[in-house]
Amino acid sequence: MCHQSVGLIQSIIEKAGIPTSSVTLLREVTERVAPPRTLFVDRPFGYPLGAPNNASLQTVIIMALLTLLKERVPPAVRWNLKAAG
Amino acid sequence: MAKITDLKFGYQVFMKAYPYRKVDWHPGARLEKPLSEARVAVVTTAAFFRRDQPPFDTTIRGGDYSYRVIQADTDLSTLEIAHRSDAFDIRGITSDKNLALPLDRLKSLPEQGVIGSVAPRHFSFMGSIAAPGRLIAQTAPKVAQILLEDRVDAVLLTPV
Repeated sequence: MCHQSVGLIQSIIEKAGIPTSSVTLLREVTERVAPPRTLFVDRPFGYPLGAPNNASLQTVIIMALLTLLKERVPPAVRWNLKAAG
Repeated sequence: MAKITDLKFGYQVFMKAYPYRKVDWHPGARLEKPLSEARVAVVTTAAFFRRDQPPFDTTIRGGDYSYRVIQADTDLSTLEIAHRSDAFDIRGITSDKNLALPLDRLKSLPEQGVIGSVAPRHFSFMGSIAAPGRLIAQTAPKVAQILLEDRVDAVLLTPV
């Protein structure tokens, strides 16, 4: 249920006027909650920033999330990041 | 790729039949300044909490909809994890909290000119909220209000 919670919190923050982007590990749920600007990270549940103690991979994912923020009219699930490792 | 079918059978039945909620956020907010000047905050549902904060309550029916404030200068290795969900592998976030709350990573970005600053306050929820009415009506709007008070320009969110 983490993905519904993130999608709802994200939608409420966006609605309050702050642009948001989020990781999803589970497109099936995120597409139904439909928050703005989501980055699909192809990793198991529990690994949203890719891998523990891997600063470079975590930073790649953060940079992708920050890049998504520049989208003015956000589509639902915009990115598909094949995270290695 | 993670799928609902990766979960135990009981969860699969629940999650396929569950009436997912939505909040209409349209038309969407805009980043009002260059990213290099933006103040960025993180919200995670990894159920992190500080030792001087009450843990999340795993006994609340429908899920604990409260949140914990994590200050930017918090030593991530001192955070506790309240999640007892067996729907995900907890070993990653146990080993490195940056996996869900990447404050150490974010803190390196202002000096590189990628973002302007890291927000003073970040937020942790426990994501297992099957009955999200009070999350939608109370705690998520409260977090949005605090983010506005802190003049946050952009928010990144992570599930587990």
